[in-house]
Amino acid sequence: MTHSAPTDAGIDLDALRAGDRVAFVRLVETYADPLYNLALKLTGHPQDAEDVLQETLVSAYRSIGGFQGRSQIGTWLYRIATNVALMHQRRRQPDSVSIDEPLALGDGEMVPRQLFDWCCLPEPDLMSAEARQMMEQAIQALPETLKTVFVLRDIEGLSTEETGEVLGLSESAVKSRLHRARLFLRERLSEYFAEWAGGNHD
Amino acid sequence: MTEHRHESCHRLLGHLSEYLDGEAAEALCAEIERHMAECENCRVVIDTLAMTVKLYREQERPSLPRDARQRLYAALDLTEYLPPDSP
Repeated sequence: MTHSAPTDAGIDLDALRAGDRVAFVRLVETYADPLYNLALKLTGHPQDAEDVLQETLVSAYRSIGGFQGRSQIGTWLYRIATNVALMHQRRRQPDSVSIDEPLALGDGEMVPRQLFDWCCLPEPDLMSAEARQMMEQAIQALPETLKTVFVLRDIEGLSTEETGEVLGLSESAVKSRLHRARLFLRERLSEYFAEWAGGNHD
Repeated sequence: MTEHRHESCHRLLGHLSEYLDGEAAEALCAEIERHMAECENCRVVIDTLAMTVKLYREQERPSLPRDARQRLYAALDLTEYLPPDSP
């Protein structure tokens, strides 16, 4: 018998594989919030996020017996949730780009256009309800391939290596997609804050 | 702006996330910092890029609403284990 060390989250893998319900409840309590947040960012809809969370954990409950433990259990759950969320998104937007297709962004995507320096705006302006809503919309405007990487790395706080494991990408692909996502979002935020500052100080 | 400097902007642009994440080699960091001191546009791009990441990282993270948690536990047939409301 090989011994399964408890994962970072203090989850008892042997008990989970044996169908122990209390162990599964602990798993649910540990990951329900992060998985819900991940699903909310990927789908942009609270109802979809709830459905994704349910499908993810129901599917995990059914297949936990076959979990090999080659990756962290968190990585495994993130992978299921990401796939379920992307399927929901494609049902909602059937013409969206699949994760395997090349990106359809133009050559000029890397060139920063907005050069307004909004860093020194007062914090209440940067954190206003309207600004937060704009930030959500900006995430939803990202192509799927960039959105998944950005949400896992910068919002969920996974490492480059973990993000690569979840998405089946090399570390260099994760880094390059993360950078492109950030440049895209910087452009959107700059546009918004430039307009906002212009409107307020004219 | 000189042609040479414009080329530097483009070349360095691809490395800015590495730089912000503290993953850039020392020589590259020094080059970016030298360049930022003389190129206002790049300074703004780096600062606003860093701020973009910071704002997203500091966003509030919504927890699963109570009623959604109840439906989740019901779907998993774990209702008897539903934790009591936290104060």
